[in-house]
Amino acid sequence: MLDLLSFAFMQRAIVTGLATALVCGVISCYVIHVGWSLMGDAISHAVLPGVVVSYMLGLPYAVGAVVAALLAVALIGVVRRSGQIRADTSMGIVFTTLFSLGTVLISKVPSQVSLSHILFGNLLGVGVPDMHQVIVLASVVLAVLLMLKRDLVLFAFDPMHAQALGKSPQLLSGVLLGALAVTVVVSLQAVGIILSVAMLVTPGATARMLTDSFWKMLWLSPLVAAIATVLGIWASYVLDASSGGMIGVVLGLLFALACVFGPHGLIVELRHRGSLV
Amino acid sequence: MSHTASGDSLRVEGVTLRYSRATHPALEDVSIGLDRGSLCALVGPNGAGKSTLMKVIMGVERPQRGSVSFDGHDSARARRLGLVGYVPQRDVSDEGFPLSVEDVVMLGRYGRIGPLRGPSRADHAAVDEAIERVGLQDLRHRPIASLSGGQTKRMYVARALAQQARFMLMDEPFAGVDKSSEATLASLMRELSGEGITLLVAVHDLHMVAEEFDQVILLRRSVVFQGPAHEALRPEMLARAFSVDDHRARELVA
Repeated sequence: MLDLLSFAFMQRAIVTGLATALVCGVISCYVIHVGWSLMGDAISHAVLPGVVVSYMLGLPYAVGAVVAALLAVALIGVVRRSGQIRADTSMGIVFTTLFSLGTVLISKVPSQVSLSHILFGNLLGVGVPDMHQVIVLASVVLAVLLMLKRDLVLFAFDPMHAQALGKSPQLLSGVLLGALAVTVVVSLQAVGIILSVAMLVTPGATARMLTDSFWKMLWLSPLVAAIATVLGIWASYVLDASSGGMIGVVLGLLFALACVFGPHGLIVELRHRGSLV
Repeated sequence: MSHTASGDSLRVEGVTLRYSRATHPALEDVSIGLDRGSLCALVGPNGAGKSTLMKVIMGVERPQRGSVSFDGHDSARARRLGLVGYVPQRDVSDEGFPLSVEDVVMLGRYGRIGPLRGPSRADHAAVDEAIERVGLQDLRHRPIASLSGGQTKRMYVARALAQQARFMLMDEPFAGVDKSSEATLASLMRELSGEGITLLVAVHDLHMVAEEFDQVILLRRSVVFQGPAHEALRPEMLARAFSVDDHRARELVA
């Protein structure tokens, strides 16, 4: 396994994957408690036209992706506020429209863009510029999340109490949404649009199965994401299978293991019941 | 005793709030004044504007007219100073948020902890003291999901104490709380009032109001009455607040 690290493409895959895992793992802890899983899914789909337009204009893919992600967040807010429409409905409308626009663009515009790489990620083929974009965006988001970790817990746990302490729940919600939007863009290289939500949800949920402390989750969750990413990359190389798909599968397996063997897991539960009988 | 010229420590003046799609204002020209250390129940029928008034006092809703002040500070400044404690009604136990009792009480200190450092010794000391004060020291490491309704409420009171709040806004603290916890909570509230903390408590159960509160505000979009509990609970007064006849009003407190 270690000799694989001598390949430059493998080094880029690992570095890009780990940067993604760290930031996704941390934000995952908030996403699962605020209940924004669907929001993450919506943003990731809405990013597609931005990526295509970036390639058309010869810009770094992340520029168009971040713009499209933030646009999606804003549109979802506008649609929801403008009428008698539920939040999940407005997300559904906005993300399918933008995603459709993206597929139309790809079908009409001659370009080198590979749809399957955008949809499912392509870690083993990640280039140096793309790696740099991921590292920069991931570092910025991580810095914001760590600086504001307490305020974000206040917001996620009890927005009214955040208000009582003179903080603005609206502002904190906006910061977390913005961070989520950029995190989605970060995750594209590793797992792609379709599997982005796996990175946003499963690491946090796995960590939650392992501990009752939010503060422990904040390092367990990125650790889970990192393990899944490295194992996923390795398995993808060995089996010559989709890297994004492999990472998604390993994430799911780790979650299943936590459900069975974790402190809240099946085995403890059964033993507990057994001891009561 | 009081800092303010008026002698009131929590003042709400001429607050009128109308929600955007509503035909009637939710609050109309509401003015209340609470002295330092008041133990005051906020009472009214459903839809009378109790929770809207709480939100206005907390600065969540902005009224079209009127103002709120705490010890002479405007609401935003008072909140930044940590003067305003909040004890929510909601039961967090089923939400599964992974925090311990100690973690939640520490949230009360978050207005003081900067982004780049962790809790100081003073923060830990304040948390310890607050937890002991409400009698939860044996449960301090427990996940909050394992607490009873009464313990949860005491935890939130401890959070406000760790915050060194001088005002406590409590939303239905006796809802979902068993009888013995009710008594513990009520005597805790009385002690805090004795120490000069001003408590405004939305209460549903008029028997609790009669037994545990000095002062009552009867709210029905406007203030129907503010004054001593025994006067507020007179049948003719309740009849006005709840728009029922005297007979039904007598039953409410019987």
